[in-house]
Amino acid sequence: MNAFTNGSPTPLSDRDRTAADTPETPAAGRRWKRWAAGLAVAAPLVLGGCNFYPSYGASRGSTTQGQDTFKLYSGMMTTGIIVGGLTGLLILYTILRYKRRSETMPKQFHESIPIEILYTGIPVLIVAALFFFTVITENKVDATVPFAAKVTSTGSPVVDVKVTAFQWGWRFDYPNDNVSVSGDVTNGPQNHGPQMVLPYGQTVQVTLVSNDVIHGFYVRDFNFSRYALPGVVNVFDLNIVRAGFYPGQCTQICGLYHSEMLFSVRAVSPAQYQSWLQSEVASGHTMKRTPEPATNTPPPYDHVTHSNALAAPASKKGSL
Amino acid sequence: MTTTIESPDLIEPEEPGGPDGHGHGELAHEEAHEHHGPHGILNWLTSTDHKVIGKSYMITALVTFFLSGAMALVIRAQLANPTSSLVNFQTYNELFTMHGSLMLYLFAGPFAFGGLANYIVPLQVGAPDMAYPRLNALSYWLYLGGASMMTLSFVVAGGAASFGWVAYAPLSNSINSPGAGTDMWLMSLGLTGFSAIFTGVNLVATIFYLRAPGMTMFRVPIFSWNMLVTGILILIAFPVLFGAVVMLFCDRHFGTHIFSVQGGGVPVLWQHLFWFFGHPEVYILALPYFGIVTDIIPVFSRKPLFGYRGMVFATLSIAALSTGVWAHHMFTTGVVLLPFFSLLSYLIAVPTGIKFFNWIGTMWGGQVSFQTPMLFSMGFLFAFLMGGVTGVLLASPPVDFMTHDTYFVVAHFHQVLIGTTVFAGFAGFYFWYPKMFGRMLSERLGKLHFWFLFLGFWITFMPQYLLGLKGMPRRIADYLTTNGWTGLNQLSTVGAFIIGFSFLFFFVNLVSSWRKPVAAGDNPWDGGALEWFTSSPPPHHNFTHLPPIRSERPTWDYNHPEHRKDESHGDKRHREHEKETETVGASS
Repeated sequence: MNAFTNGSPTPLSDRDRTAADTPETPAAGRRWKRWAAGLAVAAPLVLGGCNFYPSYGASRGSTTQGQDTFKLYSGMMTTGIIVGGLTGLLILYTILRYKRRSETMPKQFHESIPIEILYTGIPVLIVAALFFFTVITENKVDATVPFAAKVTSTGSPVVDVKVTAFQWGWRFDYPNDNVSVSGDVTNGPQNHGPQMVLPYGQTVQVTLVSNDVIHGFYVRDFNFSRYALPGVVNVFDLNIVRAGFYPGQCTQICGLYHSEMLFSVRAVSPAQYQSWLQSEVASGHTMKRTPEPATNTPPPYDHVTHSNALAAPASKKGSL
Repeated sequence: MTTTIESPDLIEPEEPGGPDGHGHGELAHEEAHEHHGPHGILNWLTSTDHKVIGKSYMITALVTFFLSGAMALVIRAQLANPTSSLVNFQTYNELFTMHGSLMLYLFAGPFAFGGLANYIVPLQVGAPDMAYPRLNALSYWLYLGGASMMTLSFVVAGGAASFGWVAYAPLSNSINSPGAGTDMWLMSLGLTGFSAIFTGVNLVATIFYLRAPGMTMFRVPIFSWNMLVTGILILIAFPVLFGAVVMLFCDRHFGTHIFSVQGGGVPVLWQHLFWFFGHPEVYILALPYFGIVTDIIPVFSRKPLFGYRGMVFATLSIAALSTGVWAHHMFTTGVVLLPFFSLLSYLIAVPTGIKFFNWIGTMWGGQVSFQTPMLFSMGFLFAFLMGGVTGVLLASPPVDFMTHDTYFVVAHFHQVLIGTTVFAGFAGFYFWYPKMFGRMLSERLGKLHFWFLFLGFWITFMPQYLLGLKGMPRRIADYLTTNGWTGLNQLSTVGAFIIGFSFLFFFVNLVSSWRKPVAAGDNPWDGGALEWFTSSPPPHHNFTHLPPIRSERPTWDYNHPEHRKDESHGDKRHREHEKETETVGASS
């Protein structure tokens, strides 16, 4: 972007300046306007998007919650790099500057109360600031649409999905639309496990439970994970912002096939989502075949069931 | 400073108290041979001498360390390729469970508070032995029993425990983990837990009651201070672990339902109990190693510790805070009060930062030399800085949501734990080895060990942060080619094998120090604490006489009387009487 002001001799900037210096020809004028418009759009993105929130290897988030988390992560990482980097440089400087060069005895000083207070006080301030931003982000990420808001005369604007984790697979129930999708490790890693189809641009409320041991529901691009705990119902909201395929995986060790307990999320437009629901109902992937008690009492642990499930031929969607 | 000698069994300096040795312990050394009692293996079996027990602890802990390290190499080899089949899922799960269990329960803690502390603390405070020598022996034998039981669980039917070192219920119940390996794992925790509790009692009693005349609490060296605080933390944390282990055992065998939903129990209760032990445990592991580094840096900077009192208060506040942060391991359970545990976790960064700046302040204006112990201490500073900064990130619940149970966390805690237990641990080993065995380790081999370890460390764990951010969960035995994790995993594996390779220099160093011993003298590093006043190795009851104790480094004061006037918090009132009280009688 500096090319406009200091004219660095890169091919790109030459072309830019040519465009900018000859606004009299109509074509060039349009080009100039395009560049200006592009700059106007790009500058905040570049400055605000890249420079202020470098990604540091993380996903920028495909849900609004994930984007908030990402910004917090990025800001904290920047702070960490500055503070950690300065401390590291200070250590390096000290060991190079005071490397032993003679056998003279250095001055034997013990303490300096003002300096000690300084390096106690500054970390307190940094930590207080980090905690402040943490709480703000945490409240956004953890916010869920209250139950009353979900039930309106025109139907629910919120997509309810009940996610049940089990050894070793996932079931995604859509109770409002009588659709159920599930799969387990016997499907193999093809297609990254059972798929949860969700609409983007709408609030999705996930109710997460476990049938047996503790599992971890984790989607990298959502910057989010939550345990599926037996005996506990965990509820969280996802506001997916764009269409896409988002791989997910169990993150909490849950036994032999933990490594292969994959799933994925496919985000589609609300219209595509509706037609997908209808096609699932038409295909018979309904919840009637998999009655789930309303209470959250998990079935008794039964090894035989698990080994049968593994021995069975590749189970289909909705077969569990 | 040191002299090479021909005969392997003669390990005295040719000139007692050479240029740096100041040999005030030669009298004590004669008494080393006056120890009456059985010799050889019987001596070892029946000994209640803290030095014998300390060495036994260290050797046992190092055996588990190398066993566990070998497991880590198998794990890394498995992960070098997607869908690898070097080991099957069951074996893989057993390997990472045992890797973590051996490292955390059997190496990291016992090496420091069973081994180094046992050996060094009585010497540092001028005591003839630990407060309860027989209890001390019991600690070691319980520990050896626990260590053997956990290691041997590999060979029982059903294999070793395979649920991770945290053993979350209900995966660890009798239905999901029916094998005897799990019971052996639990019993091992019971045995080593009691071993730790007894050692904790012993350390606290020794430091409170067996200090030499003149050694006020604010003259106790920081290593011993940290061991005192560690002992107190052990007394807080380990009984809770033992309680939890008993409860889980009852669930498994006696039909109770403490952690099972079916009987009205609460699985998350296990996590609360476990982490109420587990987070103090992190500091039980870390504080002794902070203490080692805090003792080493002043010696190699030829300066007193900067901010001694600040260091003590920082240690105390870390310990206090560590009992209130356990649920930061449980942020993603959705059933804990996030802001409370987040705030307390953040606050730990403050005293930890104080320690960092005190270490820097100690080197500032000093004459810093980089013998092997100091080099390892510097490795600790950088490793722990990286692990500490990423730890601050994890104190934030939303950031924890995005990284929990991924390789980001794996990288974080390995950098913290290797920074402390390996870099600082081996710093202490290289530092005190001359004291324990009266012979030096090779500087050249020690430095090679360090540089390969340092290189391997960064190559292994920096890619793991990126792997975690790219979504790789921990404790998985394989992954898909399409995940895009292959390259970083291979880099990490290369690093792990460099770490493994670095320990060859360590072994060669040990062997050559026994085949061609170089006598160490009493005080090869010009150390300041009391252990450097006596002979190397110390006689049966440690001291025949003691120097006047006027600061936290009485040996240094004794050897450098001309610089003592700079001491600002020495006991100035008594300075004029010091000539008359040049030496005081050793405690009997």
